[in-house]
Amino acid sequence: MPLLEVKNLHVRVEEREILHGLSLVVNKGEVHAIMGPNGSGKSTLSHVIAGKPGYEVTGGEVLFNGENLLEMPPDERAAKGVFLAFQYPVEIPGVATMTFLRTALNAQRKARGESEFSTPAFLKKVREVASRLNIPQDMLRRGVNVGFSGGEKKRNEILQMALFEPSLCILDEMDSGLDIDALRVAADGVNALRSPDRAMVVITHYQRLLNYIVPDFVHVMSKGRVVKSGGKELALQLEADGYAQFEDVAA
Amino acid sequence: MNVAVAKIESGRALSEAFAEARDRLPGIGQVLDTRQLAFDSYARRGLPHRRIEDWKYTDLRVLMREVLPQAAAPDQAALDAARRALTAQTIDGVRRLVLVNGYFVPQLSDLGDLEKGLAIGTLRELLERGAWPSLDRLIVTDVANPEAAQDKPDPMIALNAAMMTDGVMIEVASGARLARPLHIVHVACGHAPAAMFTRSALRVGKGAVATLIESFIAAENAATYQVHDATMMLVDADARLDHIRMVEDSRDAFNISSAAVGLGAKAHFNTFSLTTGGGVSRHQMFIECAGEGSRIETSGVNLLNGRQHADTTMFLDHAVPNCSSREIFRSVLDDRGHSVFQGRIIVRPKAQKTDAKMMVRALLLSDEAEADNKPELEIFADDVTCGHGATTGSLDESLLFYLRARGLSEKEAQALLIQAFVGEAIEQIASDALREHVIGAAQRWLAARG
Repeated sequence: MPLLEVKNLHVRVEEREILHGLSLVVNKGEVHAIMGPNGSGKSTLSHVIAGKPGYEVTGGEVLFNGENLLEMPPDERAAKGVFLAFQYPVEIPGVATMTFLRTALNAQRKARGESEFSTPAFLKKVREVASRLNIPQDMLRRGVNVGFSGGEKKRNEILQMALFEPSLCILDEMDSGLDIDALRVAADGVNALRSPDRAMVVITHYQRLLNYIVPDFVHVMSKGRVVKSGGKELALQLEADGYAQFEDVAA
Repeated sequence: MNVAVAKIESGRALSEAFAEARDRLPGIGQVLDTRQLAFDSYARRGLPHRRIEDWKYTDLRVLMREVLPQAAAPDQAALDAARRALTAQTIDGVRRLVLVNGYFVPQLSDLGDLEKGLAIGTLRELLERGAWPSLDRLIVTDVANPEAAQDKPDPMIALNAAMMTDGVMIEVASGARLARPLHIVHVACGHAPAAMFTRSALRVGKGAVATLIESFIAAENAATYQVHDATMMLVDADARLDHIRMVEDSRDAFNISSAAVGLGAKAHFNTFSLTTGGGVSRHQMFIECAGEGSRIETSGVNLLNGRQHADTTMFLDHAVPNCSSREIFRSVLDDRGHSVFQGRIIVRPKAQKTDAKMMVRALLLSDEAEADNKPELEIFADDVTCGHGATTGSLDESLLFYLRARGLSEKEAQALLIQAFVGEAIEQIASDALREHVIGAAQRWLAARG
């Protein structure tokens, strides 16, 4: 059974249809890249999979390990192993990063019927993961993402990914707002989490990110559909020729 | 004493009721005359209503309708009920001073081993000696509104003066530094609907340091009740007073409380108020900076649901130069909760170099909740730094989604954001232990939301 199966998905935001019958199959252990121009529906796909309110699914389905994901609230999806690394992680003043991480981790464990982490066990785990990702302790003492640079926010997303150990990671424009050094650090963090039990969907504008996170499959989106799929070489072809060739296909 | 000082319009009935009550209230000589003056002042106006500007959002003629008869002194059953209620309200390391149904109860209070420089008495003793509490000038003079002489004092303060039966009188001598916070607990445990009229006073002498906590609670199965309280605080030069107030009354109770605070030169006053209980509550505080260089921090949190109504009204009078004040208030309103914040800061012509800031924010969790925020600055000096702001809004959907995408349920996500929202006000509490106590009370409120 595929880990994620998106079948003929139609999605509207208010009166406008954004996805017009998108299909995608992702198996455990695979890394998929989704590329496409602005407005092609890449972020909408990630939001619908994570359960963000404001999107109306008018057709098709999204199955996760065979279960209907669209019927679950976002927190249940998270507990089942869906993780969305946000393009723009929000700042939450007044909520300490450690409190947030502990509450989230224990909420997911509780939902799965697992025992909650004790405070010392939790601290040990966070420190371990943070040092692996080169995240300084003082970042953990601040409010969630408050005063973080773009790179720090993305690292905080990867820290959460490492902590929650999801089976499906969706990385939404992870490269946006990052310089090349920050990008490399973030990509190293992601690569360390590649595993035969985990799949990743990397959404990006540019081929550049895929030099660091090398995908098994590349899909090109245009106007709310996947218009071409291929191996990693497809990304290089796109970099050379641009998206214009696919706009006609979708039209 | 089973006489309702009620009715509004019918002046005669009211006067007769008071005349009858007065003879049974504690006090001789001058006290009797002062009570009469205070009563006349109240009777001229009756319960304040929406056409009186300061009471615009808390119309007692609609919300309270009448003043209940005075509560009887607690019997043994009431004391037992009070004792049980107190067990659930313990704060470690404090000196507890207990009023039950408006009467000071020594056997429930902690009067042993008084620190050097600390003296504790009762209002009743004072009145029975014929002495009017000297600090009363603070409350009889409406510090914020001297030109409107006919409005003085506030009618509910006048009513309190006319009817007051008991309270705690505390003196902290110059230079004394009290390690143990003083904790005045008001417990309601009447069998029949009744009102309590209490007045307490605290003077912190020159260079002295003290902490005062005031709690309002009810015993299980207490009949509906009204609290009519006044607290007078005088912080002398170079002294520091930390003040925390927790309104945890039962859900059908009325709590109408006034506080007057006078600050000497370089005095430091930090006050925080949490309201989670009560049906209708009003806390009005009059702060007067009488000496240069004083510092004031006022903050508070209202956590309301059901049909609760809580009004915080602050009058801050910068009469002299070089004082600073900070006001930080937060309201969280669910269901049909209604929060009122009125903050008036007056900076008088002589009060140059005043640094005054006020920020009030309300968070609405339901479409039917209501917040009325009215910050006001009246500045008559030209070399000052003053600012105020008010916001009202709902929880940020993008923050909620982020938290839910990380596995938090809707209620957990809301709880975390609400705690962050009120955190800035709660952080103003200086003592770690008392801050934790307040956070615990806020968390209980959040947990009760389910």
